[in-house]
Amino acid sequence: MWSKLTLFISIGVLVLMALGAIFAPLLAAYPPNEMVFTAFQPPGEAGLLGSDGLGRDLFSRILFGMRYTFLVTIVATSLAGAIGVTLAMIAALNKGWVDIVIGRAVDILMSVPQIIFALIILAISGVSLYTLIATMAVLQSSTYFRVTRPIAGDLATMEYVEVARLRGEGLSWYLFREILPNMIPSLLAQFGLGLSSAALFISSLSFLGIGIQPPAADLGGLVRENALALAAGRWTPLVPAMCIAAFCLSVNGVVDWLVGRYSDRPEAR
Amino acid sequence: MTDTRILTISNLKVEAGPNLLLDDVSIHVDRGEVLGLIGESGAGKSTLALGAIALFRSGCQPTGGSITLSGQSLLELDAAGLDTVRRTKAAYVAQSAAAAFNPFYRLEDQVTEVPAMRGHLSRAERHRMAAALFEELQLPDPENFGRRYPHQVSGGQLQRAMIAMALINQPDLIIFDEPTTALDVTTQIEVLRLIRKVTRTHNCAALYISHDLAVVSQMADRIVVMRNGRMVEQGPTRQLVDNPQTEYAQRLVANQGEGTYAAGNDNAQTLLEVSHVDVGYGALTAVKDASIALGAGSVLALVGESGSGKTTLARAIAGLQPVRTGAVRMRGETLAPLVERRTFDQRRLVQYIHQLPDLALNGRQTIREIVGRPLAFFHGIKGAAADARLRELMEAIELPADYLDRYPASLSGGQKQRICIARSLAAKPDILICDEITSALDPLVEESIIRLLTKLIEEEALSILFITHNLGLALRFSHETAVMQSGQILEYGPTRAVFETPQSDYTRRLIGAVPQLREGWLDGVSRAAG
Repeated sequence: MWSKLTLFISIGVLVLMALGAIFAPLLAAYPPNEMVFTAFQPPGEAGLLGSDGLGRDLFSRILFGMRYTFLVTIVATSLAGAIGVTLAMIAALNKGWVDIVIGRAVDILMSVPQIIFALIILAISGVSLYTLIATMAVLQSSTYFRVTRPIAGDLATMEYVEVARLRGEGLSWYLFREILPNMIPSLLAQFGLGLSSAALFISSLSFLGIGIQPPAADLGGLVRENALALAAGRWTPLVPAMCIAAFCLSVNGVVDWLVGRYSDRPEAR
Repeated sequence: MTDTRILTISNLKVEAGPNLLLDDVSIHVDRGEVLGLIGESGAGKSTLALGAIALFRSGCQPTGGSITLSGQSLLELDAAGLDTVRRTKAAYVAQSAAAAFNPFYRLEDQVTEVPAMRGHLSRAERHRMAAALFEELQLPDPENFGRRYPHQVSGGQLQRAMIAMALINQPDLIIFDEPTTALDVTTQIEVLRLIRKVTRTHNCAALYISHDLAVVSQMADRIVVMRNGRMVEQGPTRQLVDNPQTEYAQRLVANQGEGTYAAGNDNAQTLLEVSHVDVGYGALTAVKDASIALGAGSVLALVGESGSGKTTLARAIAGLQPVRTGAVRMRGETLAPLVERRTFDQRRLVQYIHQLPDLALNGRQTIREIVGRPLAFFHGIKGAAADARLRELMEAIELPADYLDRYPASLSGGQKQRICIARSLAAKPDILICDEITSALDPLVEESIIRLLTKLIEEEALSILFITHNLGLALRFSHETAVMQSGQILEYGPTRAVFETPQSDYTRRLIGAVPQLREGWLDGVSRAAG
């Protein structure tokens, strides 16, 4: 009962945020980057949530900010998952030097805090939507590799994989027909965690000023822009931060339920 | 009378949700008596045996009846009372001693754990008790045996150490749950003999569970036949074996009967030839200088105990483990050592069936996908043609066609093994390599798989390399038999010759160790063994 309630609230929050992001141009009362008010007007006087330090409508900026956050999060997480899981399966099937080379490369990636690694790469390559997504995908793929490699290793020794080997199947059959379907329950959990951590990651990068570049802003960027207003006694900067938190919590709520459901299905046993 | 009665279970019902695990079961065991429980997996025999100490797996509930052990009504006791009864009055010997011992502690500390818990004996006294039991169970160097760790002793020794653990408390009742199923036949005999000896000398009551009627008939004074949670038949051992009343018991007994040799085909063309093959892993040579030949349309049994190299040889033939020296030839063509280097047709013509169908079937694919894949892969058959062929294959393995859209998890063990056979047949092979494919199945299911294979040899023009540790099976099913020991082929020839005039001592011992229903068989073998 409690888990059902969590699920419904989580789905509700996610649907609401998704609708807000998708229909941002229709819902926003003002263009996000135009100065339509004076600085730091309180809610009610100027727009739903007041105005920011440059007199822009905060509510409109949050709607557009969610677009950036969600786009980067979803694309980067999908890419990271695809890279990490595929490499893990290849390493598990080939073992030997392939396994060692991929494994050590991932060790190197993981030995440096991701945010610092991202700072270095973005400083060298320059910040754009593409480099951001690519950097995050590569860095976060290491986690997927770590989680997937032992599971894929166990599955690779299964006798149905041996049957496929005796038949002479190609690599893609092994990967996507024999091994991948058996990893889905564990991958679902990892994908959910990945979505939250990617959302936090892009928000942190933007908060540090090397994420989405002004005048555009994602949720993390909005927290940074409005941080000064906190000192002025305004609560509005907390709204984008709360959006990030709500997103992460809701994603986990849905994934918890999915994992439980998937492992209850008879063919999963 | 009541004085000697150790265990009385009357009208016991055990339910797990909607399933009735035990339905109105009543048994009793007296002091000095061994009661055999026999039945296939899922018959409820373990549930009943654990029920004797009022131990039920989670989710199972006793919903009726009573259990009286050593004069105490167990279902009326509280948790503390139950603990005391279990600790002092009963002992349990599990199937896998290797899983039952903690690898971290020395054997003696584990064997004497219960006396140590009760705290009324000194360490020296406990050591004397353990050493005396080790001696009684004929373990080597009984004085120091207990200093070893579980991994330092053999499987048979570990099973005997577990019996010592059971005896140390002088329980009224010992429950033996398939204590020799995991052992090789020659090791099994020793353990069986000792179990019988100690149950007599210690004068306790025993429940002996097994799926092997021959073993039970040697061990038990009375036998209860279980099926689907009900008692099918019970009676004194001799009476039940010689004159079974119910149809099910009759089938069980008939299944144990003396086998007849399969009719051979003497002038069969040689299909597969293995000559002077060595196979190894690292420094270990698992197969040494093995030569066998498989004729078209015949069955060659490869028998031996665990570790004899029979599976390694089979894997080398299949190309899963490369041969070091020697050659594997099919119709005169030499096969590459690894399957990856073999041609498309060579891979198609040799099909391998694994021991455990649970691991050999991908749980996320439907039966249609599993059996359909070799059709598409080897023969390019798809769509409606594939559907027709799949129905034929399901008919060949005697399963309904609507199973095609099921997942393996909804099938029984025997049905899963049939699906593995269908998958091999889909490739249209010449040779099936069957690696212990029935050893995880119940005897009657095993028999039906063998009947199926016998039928398929004719229909599909198959030749079979049949790896097994079950000599009775080799006798009934194969035309030729090769006996392996320590990686070498010790004896090889027509099955009848190998069984009737064995040349080596080891083969004689192996054949002699196969349990039989005959009264006094165990005593006879024990005497012969000295």
